[in-house]
Amino acid sequence: MFESLSEKVQSTFRNISGRGRIDEDGVRSAMDDVRTALLEADVHQDVVKQFCDEVVIEAIGQEVTKSLKPGEEMIGLVHQKLIDLMSPPQGTSTDPIMLVEPAPTIVMLCGLQGSGKTTTCGKLAAYLKQRGRSVMLAAADLQRPAAVEQLKIVAEQVDTEGKGNVKVHFYAEPDKCSEYGKATGVAVGVCLRALGEARKAKVDVLILDTAGRLHIDNDLMKELEGINRALNPHQIYLIVDAMVGQDAVNSAKAFHQRLAVDGIILTKFDSDTRGGAALSVKSVTGAPIKFIGVGERFDALEEFHPQRMAGRILGMGDVVSLVEKAQAEVSEEDAEKLAEKMASGKLTMDDFVKQLKSIRRMGPMKQLLGMLPGVGSMLKNVQVDEKQLDQLEGMVNSMTKKERDDIKLLNKSRIKRIAKGSGTTPTDVNKLTKQFEMMQKMTKQMAGTGFGGKMKAMKEMSKGGGNLIPGMSNMPTLGGRGSTKTLGVKSKFKQRKKRK
Amino acid sequence: MGLFSTTVSAIRKGLARTREAVGSGFRSLLMGRALDDELISEIEQRLIAADVGVAATTSIIKNLRQAYKDKEIVRGEDTLEFLKQQLIGRWEETDRSLAVAQTKPTVILVAGINGSGKTTSVAKITKSLKEQGRTVLLAAADTYRAAATEQLEIWSNRLDVQIVKGEAGSDPAAVVFDACDAAIARHVDALVIDTAGRLHTQDNLMRQLTKIRDVVAKKIPGAPHEVLLVLDATAGQNAITQAKVFAKAINVTGIFLAKLDGTAKGGIVVAIQDVLGIPVKLIGVGETLDDVEAFDPTSFMQAMFEA
Ligand SMILES: Nc1nc2c(ncn2[C@@H]2O[C@H](COP(=O)(O)OP(=O)(O)OP(=O)(O)O)[C@@H](O)[C@H]2O)c(=O)[nH]1
Ligand SMILES: [Mg+2]
Repeated sequence: MFESLSEKVQSTFRNISGRGRIDEDGVRSAMDDVRTALLEADVHQDVVKQFCDEVVIEAIGQEVTKSLKPGEEMIGLVHQKLIDLMSPPQGTSTDPIMLVEPAPTIVMLCGLQGSGKTTTCGKLAAYLKQRGRSVMLAAADLQRPAAVEQLKIVAEQVDTEGKGNVKVHFYAEPDKCSEYGKATGVAVGVCLRALGEARKAKVDVLILDTAGRLHIDNDLMKELEGINRALNPHQIYLIVDAMVGQDAVNSAKAFHQRLAVDGIILTKFDSDTRGGAALSVKSVTGAPIKFIGVGERFDALEEFHPQRMAGRILGMGDVVSLVEKAQAEVSEEDAEKLAEKMASGKLTMDDFVKQLKSIRRMGPMKQLLGMLPGVGSMLKNVQVDEKQLDQLEGMVNSMTKKERDDIKLLNKSRIKRIAKGSGTTPTDVNKLTKQFEMMQKMTKQMAGTGFGGKMKAMKEMSKGGGNLIPGMSNMPTLGGRGSTKTLGVKSKFKQRKKRK
Repeated sequence: MGLFSTTVSAIRKGLARTREAVGSGFRSLLMGRALDDELISEIEQRLIAADVGVAATTSIIKNLRQAYKDKEIVRGEDTLEFLKQQLIGRWEETDRSLAVAQTKPTVILVAGINGSGKTTSVAKITKSLKEQGRTVLLAAADTYRAAATEQLEIWSNRLDVQIVKGEAGSDPAAVVFDACDAAIARHVDALVIDTAGRLHTQDNLMRQLTKIRDVVAKKIPGAPHEVLLVLDATAGQNAITQAKVFAKAINVTGIFLAKLDGTAKGGIVVAIQDVLGIPVKLIGVGETLDDVEAFDPTSFMQAMFEA
């Protein structure tokens, strides 16, 4: 999409310049493509309009019209501006959660129904626990059936399974649920008593899980104001579903007006949403985006990176996240060992399956491929058959250690045995060994040569090699276009690592 | 004879007041005005604001422009009719009521992404079934999310219906298997299955859903008779992909559009109708059991143009 967007913009410019001079109107009409892209990513239309108008002015100011590559420059401008808009203002603290003295720091979560507040409570607790901060989760959702029970289970889970040695406490008054709706201020009372308990238990952070509510429900919004007045939380976070559409601005505005939110947490980012809501919500509240949720488990919380989000909104792949995921799965030592083996052509079946396993642990293959720039839009036709990958693992598991080390040992009877053991056919096994041998050859070539050689090997791979990973058919050839970009991100990533 | 066609009139509550505001909002935009470029662009903005999406909006606006150019439409009043045709015309006159099986039990499978409103919608459907004098059995097939079973159990107590559940973390397909057996043994009229929320990008969980459907189909011939995808009315363009993937995994027969009582318009169902042709059957308009209505294209469309 990013690729195609930038191509579109460039071709628009080409068309215009073919006819004559590129002028302000030309820049404007090129922005139409950007406008569509942003709307399709669910950025609110007013935000889109303001954004595009500003880019036009900047583009003209920077005399993009005189540039030889106006299309590229425009896209660069758009990308950078998105990053700027989503970045926290200069000079603000980069710590996602500000802690205060004396403890406890009070954090209140609020948002629409189903946005993910309770799950996020657990994630924040785990995040803090891992950093040595004790937490108390307080159940202020007295409305939804079993909401209290849900938070209790979440708290226990983080307490027992979360990394770190401090305790995760839980506070609730389940009997108050029946009073709810009949008397006002019940939830306020629960929160106040939770604060008392939090002080007694000397926890570092108290997190209030409030009930989901509509921003136009005056009574329930008043309840939040009541909690705000009574406890004066240090941080109020608005929890927003990343898949939300144009209405995001309405709800965010209302919550912000009533509560002056301090930060945004975007949830369900493990979906393939482009996540334009990030921009909408940021622009109506001005509050920084603190975290994104990327899964249902309590460890699926990530800090927010404007740069990646900008790429995602524009439909560019998220290479940095991919690299990070890979890093989490493969240790540096392993990677080095592997590189050596590859270079010497001694890659074994075990290595191969190990690789495959760690790749699969990172997530569904299709999602991973989607993170590569330019691949996203091509993926529509790719069939990633996870079943076939299972089958492959099955075949390797049916081999003896010796066979796995040296695939040449496989003769007819051995192949038959493996097929039987893995519920496949000898043809399947043969296919696997062929593919593996080809891969061995190519990885040797790739590892052993410089950059040019790598490109050559890659090209061969996409030309003759076909499906290197069985189960992945119709894989489009990436061609040379991605190469320079990938390099750019790699070196950027190195820089980032150094800074850490 | 289907469900909801009769009960619905009795339970209009949430929307009644919105509907009034809606009709007038839409009218005041169009009435007494001549159609011009400005009005066209206002209409376009409202469609986008309603999450109808760029593609569907562009096609509607293109037709409107053409009609304007051809002088088919001059007055705002005519525009109203034109838009009605453009939008409502997309939804054929179909029976929007929930399917009822020839031989009981009727099985209704409910699925959707996390937090879209599945469990609440299951409760609402059950209430309506009961009001029709039908007996219902609930299957708590969300064994994953913390306290999901407890949540449905509370509803089952309030509704006074039976429930089949499993251990937390157990195989949801096994719960459904048992529920099918129980539904047959107890001769209930309907079995309503609540499933865990899952993102359409989680291949393994989508496969699990297919498996659940397969179990139902094997146990009860012709089932599931209704497969409802619960969509959140606030959903943006990603809901198209969502619907596609769910449709592929479990052959969705209808959409339950929840949370229409907010300010979101749920216009994404227009795009979904364009791309997939899945009808919207029911809408959710609040958190209580009565907050459910049959989908009505006309009032839905009018609501879309309300500022
Ligand atoms: N305002 C409003 N809220 C709703 C509606 N339907 C559901 N909700 C609320 O949305 C929240 C989530 O609803 P659930 O029914 O638990 O959603 P779910 O899809 O089962 O959630 P998971 O099982 O966690 O994926 C709850 O707070 C419900 O009360 C509706 O039509 N309108
Ligand atoms: Mg549920």
